[in-house]
Amino acid sequence: MPLDTSLVRKPFKVIGTRVRRPDGIDKVTGRAKYGADAFAPGQLVGLVLRSPHAHAKIRKIDTSKAEKLPGVKAIITSADLPDLTGGDRSMRDILENCMARSKALYDGHAVAAVAAVDMHTAKQALKLIKVDYQVLPHVTDVDEALKPNAPLLHDDIFTEGIEPKPTKPSNFIKIAEYGHGDVEAGFKEADVIIEKSYKTEQTHQGYIEPHACLANVSPDGTGELWVTTQGPFVYRNQCAALLGMDINKLRVTSSEIGGGFGGKTHVWGEPVALALSRKANRPVKLVMTRDEVFRATGPTSSSSIDIKIGVRKDGTITAAFAELRYQNGAFPFTWAEFGAMTCWACYDFKNVKSVSKDVVLNRPKCAAYRAPSAPIAAFAVESTMDLVAAAIGMDPVDLRIKNAAKEGTKSSYGPVYGPIGIGPTLEAAKNHPHMKAKLGKNQGRGMACGFWFNFGGQTCVDVNVTPDGSVTVAVGTVDVGGSRASLALAVAEELGVPYEQVRVIVADTSSLGHNDMTDGSRGTFSSSMAAVDATRKAIQTLRERAAKIWEIPVDEVEWMDGTARAVGEKHGNKAPLSVKDISAQAANTGGPIAGHSEIVADGAGVSFATHICDAEVDPETGRTSIKRYTVIQDAGKAMHPSYVEGQYQGGAAQGIGWALNEEYIYGKDGRLQNAGFLDYRIPVCSDLPMIDTQILEIPTPNHPSGVRGVGETSIVPPLGAIANAISNAAGVRLNHIPMSPPRVLKAIKAAKKK
Amino acid sequence: MSAVLVKTTINGDTVEYACQPDEPLLDVLRNRLGLTGAKEGCGTGDCGACSVIVDGRLVCSCLVLGAEMDGKTLETIEGMADGDKLHPLQQQFIDHAALQCGICTPGFLIAAKALLAKNPDPSEEEIRFGLAGNLCRCTGYDKIVRAVQAAAKEMRGA
Repeated sequence: MPLDTSLVRKPFKVIGTRVRRPDGIDKVTGRAKYGADAFAPGQLVGLVLRSPHAHAKIRKIDTSKAEKLPGVKAIITSADLPDLTGGDRSMRDILENCMARSKALYDGHAVAAVAAVDMHTAKQALKLIKVDYQVLPHVTDVDEALKPNAPLLHDDIFTEGIEPKPTKPSNFIKIAEYGHGDVEAGFKEADVIIEKSYKTEQTHQGYIEPHACLANVSPDGTGELWVTTQGPFVYRNQCAALLGMDINKLRVTSSEIGGGFGGKTHVWGEPVALALSRKANRPVKLVMTRDEVFRATGPTSSSSIDIKIGVRKDGTITAAFAELRYQNGAFPFTWAEFGAMTCWACYDFKNVKSVSKDVVLNRPKCAAYRAPSAPIAAFAVESTMDLVAAAIGMDPVDLRIKNAAKEGTKSSYGPVYGPIGIGPTLEAAKNHPHMKAKLGKNQGRGMACGFWFNFGGQTCVDVNVTPDGSVTVAVGTVDVGGSRASLALAVAEELGVPYEQVRVIVADTSSLGHNDMTDGSRGTFSSSMAAVDATRKAIQTLRERAAKIWEIPVDEVEWMDGTARAVGEKHGNKAPLSVKDISAQAANTGGPIAGHSEIVADGAGVSFATHICDAEVDPETGRTSIKRYTVIQDAGKAMHPSYVEGQYQGGAAQGIGWALNEEYIYGKDGRLQNAGFLDYRIPVCSDLPMIDTQILEIPTPNHPSGVRGVGETSIVPPLGAIANAISNAAGVRLNHIPMSPPRVLKAIKAAKKK
Repeated sequence: MSAVLVKTTINGDTVEYACQPDEPLLDVLRNRLGLTGAKEGCGTGDCGACSVIVDGRLVCSCLVLGAEMDGKTLETIEGMADGDKLHPLQQQFIDHAALQCGICTPGFLIAAKALLAKNPDPSEEEIRFGLAGNLCRCTGYDKIVRAVQAAAKEMRGA
């Protein structure tokens, strides 16, 4: 029987309480084990040699000198990772990103790797590997990469979405289109049309823990991988495929994860570590340096966007159009298409269209970064919305309220919305004390909205009732920010026992069925759905066992407040049986008591937020400081309010960094010039104010407790909100992210000249 | 290069180790002594995840050498709790949900301990500047600042 996911509208007893997280003590005492914290007897140190060139043909790799160095146990190149992908383009790209084949496609692309007895020897060995490069022309700007004479990365990309299929390969991966109505007709109905172009620079997720793994392949063909990852099962499947192993022979254990934000959804060094271990017949630990993390993992797209909005004087938006050009790094994906799907999602427009152009160029392969692609698109849209409001003399919040999507709206990307939170977050913003607070000198207030889809996906959970009545829960989504606490709350609620009676662990890949990646804000949403399902099955078994103990039919046993009760007057003298009472007799009533769930967690509720920001711009230096910040977001139901607030605050802080400071800077030579936390500056404690939060709860009907994913939407509005605040503070409209002091100062000086 | 023999005190215990002359203290702690509570986030002193206290002074253990520790007194995250009794900072971090992924937490706790030793009653601004050498990418620092404020109050007996 499929899980009844319909929302149970009953008062919650433990869901919504602020319990202490089960991994808290381990994490404040240094006990918690992350990717780099595992050791195996006889382990070697793995290091990767990376291309110093943005684009180069690899003519020859000579490893002979390095091989002779005492202490070197294995050296691999692409020859040790043969192409077993059988025509699967996306798997071949993953393989080629892990280890360059005929060409290096970006500064930092792996070209060889070594395993040695210690770090010193491994470093020496890298220096002894000679790579003969033929340097090729490169391109690192998205608009430049689209030009017909741009340096070509791949000779087998023929733009998808153009009919007839182009005859020449290019860097232009795909064009896609979303929307409805007739935008041309809509623009003719407008009293005012605003057109504006925007650029955003490339940013990195900036997790504090670098990628790290410990690989151990045995001569019998089995292997183990300890790794920091958002998706141990996906890592297992991909590594096994790339190495030619049966999936069941590779056991992947996810360590505690020191931040991911989407950046730990792709394999990078893991297949390399496994290949080194296989060749050396020893465990190999591969830990990236921060320089490698910046040069070879992560980043999100840089972009170039055109927006056009037509509006009538009463604030009715008659048409909206966007063209979004995003770079994907050196390998093809559809990041611009995500931008095209999300850009207008907050609004209910009659005529709306978005066109995406996805592009490859000589930068590292882009990865997901928290609501990937949406913040970039929202920056352009929300900046233009403020220009539209100003042009017709309307309050920016009122303009958005007037045009906000609601239940029943056909979204710009297709689906019709169920109950949604964009209107309520806007109303809450309008009425928030922050909106009415007085501003100081050189200060301005801005607001903006944001949307994210939220995902569900394949999910598997085991609930086991132990002989003493305590409960263990094994999940396959990793805990990126407190989900073990949330999932324990979900099981405790369903079973009717105290939170402390339930212990949640993240299982390894040999102990549980497949789980998709922990992405798309799905961790708590999907695993709690499966956990509730598994708990209900365990409850069914508990009722059966109680019936057996009492020797009555099972349909005369009901489950209430964590106990089995015999229903009906004839059973009036039977004392309720607790989980402990029933599990104590399990051996005599049918054996272990457990519940298992395997689901596709469909029906994730979409998520909306509205942010308010006060910025102060120093007219002398162009430096912006954030004086006050408020996040208002719909959580559906906040399972653990403190960790929901934490997601809101963390997303806002990342957005503030993106808006004001963070930026990949490439030199003319195509090399990344700021691959470190000193020059790629993420916000520190003294850069930020307290970040106020307001949790709205508009339950999604497709989840037993109404939960929506909350992890990502909070990074979507900040770029636009801050751009609008700067505009109101300094009287200049910045159309280029990040709005760093030099850019702001330049805009202020240009405005003065006018 | 031949190894250097070092005798030092770590979390109250006398510890002897041999390390290479160019080996960072962080590598000694993690790889030779099994004290993996200090984390390497950058290796260049920019993130503070490897913070330890040496003779009462807050340092990034990636920026000092293991060989320099002879005769010194070190405090690491592993020694912060008193047996099974958490330090007030540790307890307040849990109670305020001041950690998400937790990789920066040991460094923040050590830095906050050093801050409160110098200034038992810091303002919010003093806390924010006192912890500006530590990077956190998850929390936006709000709950960290509140946890430090609560711990400072508790430690003052206020």
